[in-house]
Amino acid sequence: MLLHDIAHARTGDKGNLVTISLIAYRVEDFTLLERQVTAERVAAHFRELIEGPVERYALPHLGALNFVLRRPVANTVTRSLLLDAHGKCLGSALLAMEVETEG
Amino acid sequence: MKTVRIGAGAGYSGDRIEPAVELAEKGALDYLVFECLAERTIALAQKARLRDPAAGYDPLLEERMEAVLPLCARSGIRIVSNMGAANPAAAAEKTLEIARRMGLGGLRIAAVSGDDVIEPLRSGVVAAQSLEGALPPGDRWLSANAYLGVAPILDALRAGANVILTGRVADPALFLAPLIHEFGWSVDDWNLMGQGTVVGHLLECAGQLTGGYFADPGSKDGRKDVPGLAHLGFPLAEVSADGSAVLSKVEGSGGLLNRATCTEQLLYEIQDPAAYYTPDVLADFSHVAIEEVGRDRVRVTGGRGRVRPAALKVSIGYHDGFLGEGQISYAGPNALARAELARDILAERLGGGSFAELRFDLIGLNSIHGALLSRDAPVPYEIRVRAAGRADSHRAAALVVREVEALYTNGPAGGGGASGSTKEVIAIASALVPRECVSPRVEILES
Repeated sequence: MLLHDIAHARTGDKGNLVTISLIAYRVEDFTLLERQVTAERVAAHFRELIEGPVERYALPHLGALNFVLRRPVANTVTRSLLLDAHGKCLGSALLAMEVETEG
Repeated sequence: MKTVRIGAGAGYSGDRIEPAVELAEKGALDYLVFECLAERTIALAQKARLRDPAAGYDPLLEERMEAVLPLCARSGIRIVSNMGAANPAAAAEKTLEIARRMGLGGLRIAAVSGDDVIEPLRSGVVAAQSLEGALPPGDRWLSANAYLGVAPILDALRAGANVILTGRVADPALFLAPLIHEFGWSVDDWNLMGQGTVVGHLLECAGQLTGGYFADPGSKDGRKDVPGLAHLGFPLAEVSADGSAVLSKVEGSGGLLNRATCTEQLLYEIQDPAAYYTPDVLADFSHVAIEEVGRDRVRVTGGRGRVRPAALKVSIGYHDGFLGEGQISYAGPNALARAELARDILAERLGGGSFAELRFDLIGLNSIHGALLSRDAPVPYEIRVRAAGRADSHRAAALVVREVEALYTNGPAGGGGASGSTKEVIAIASALVPRECVSPRVEILES
């Protein structure tokens, strides 16, 4: 299944950083997110668009993970030549990631 | 038990005005806060001020004040906003003029300044420590503004100001200051400062808390459906003396306020949730509890904090060249091949020139997330070729527009709908300065 089936996301931008929150609709799905949506996997998912490692923060009681991604200097919001200069659509792209159902 | 009701009247400079009027009319508010200053807004406002010394405040200030000032004056609602942008004094003068024109006497209008630190920084009197890489050369700087905290807003509130107009202050401070003032909180009570910052952070993007930036129609169980989005209402917080807050919106307004919308907004633009830097507190959002207590009513508690940082953040807006962009469409059989040919012609003609960077997109196929994430897209019926380039001169940037348009008579068959534009790039660099080098000031006018 897609992350979109069990979680929602919101994207924010700060300079050349993009933050993406990933929130389980049901708190019981949080462990699946925590196990499968690792910082490394998110970095690989976005490898064409970001540089460097991804940071991940966990807020289990809110069922949420928070990711911080770094965009290349050329793609900071003011200088970016991308149509989505802020990177606001990136959260939707994260929800396209495949995850496995856990028993 | 005393509570304070604070509404969010705007989440950015161009935001809709009608939800602010709705809040002023029906929200039983004590305070109405307008957050209108994104990172680059103040640099653009500074450009406007350089052209006209009476300009440089929010372009919608007049329209907003005309819409809410009579209501707020009548109901005793105090207005706090960073609509002063690059010129809080002129914003206060303009508001005074509006108040007088509308027959609203006895209003005290405060201008908070002192955030502008471009002169001491450029002359080297104050040393700024860059947060990333080297700072751009001083001759390219357009603005340098420190993020002020609650102190000058508190001064204005104590002086009885009905309207407070600031330049750059930390967004949550616009909300935190009224809470400190009303409840007599100590500004060194870090947990109260942290919880007040949580409230401010949740409110500062207005409609993003009440169902804006949230809807994903057709979702399972309707869990991402938002009713009445075309008439989205803005949020208000009912805050108690211990900092706990119930967030809501006025009855009958569009939108949705629940655990999901609040969790998204709590983490919005946050890096480490346990360390959110503001001028007033190093806030900790990691223990925040979000509890639905009714329809469109959510209780938020548990914000914490640690001692405020020693340095203040400064945003430096600087000239960073020009962008040129052009687009042209191809449609029908073999559209993709013709669009690719057009792209290759543009790459050859613009490449090797005076561009710092060039980019070409085929819109309708992979322009948003690149080939990897859009891998299964079918070949579409139509493709829009987009060329974009960044250069030091306006003339070079304009070349992108000219070369795209030239594809009409010099490119593949059937190109149509060419468009293009250029713009100056105002970039932002961030730095830290010692707190004691920044001196906020408050000036009060009376209608």
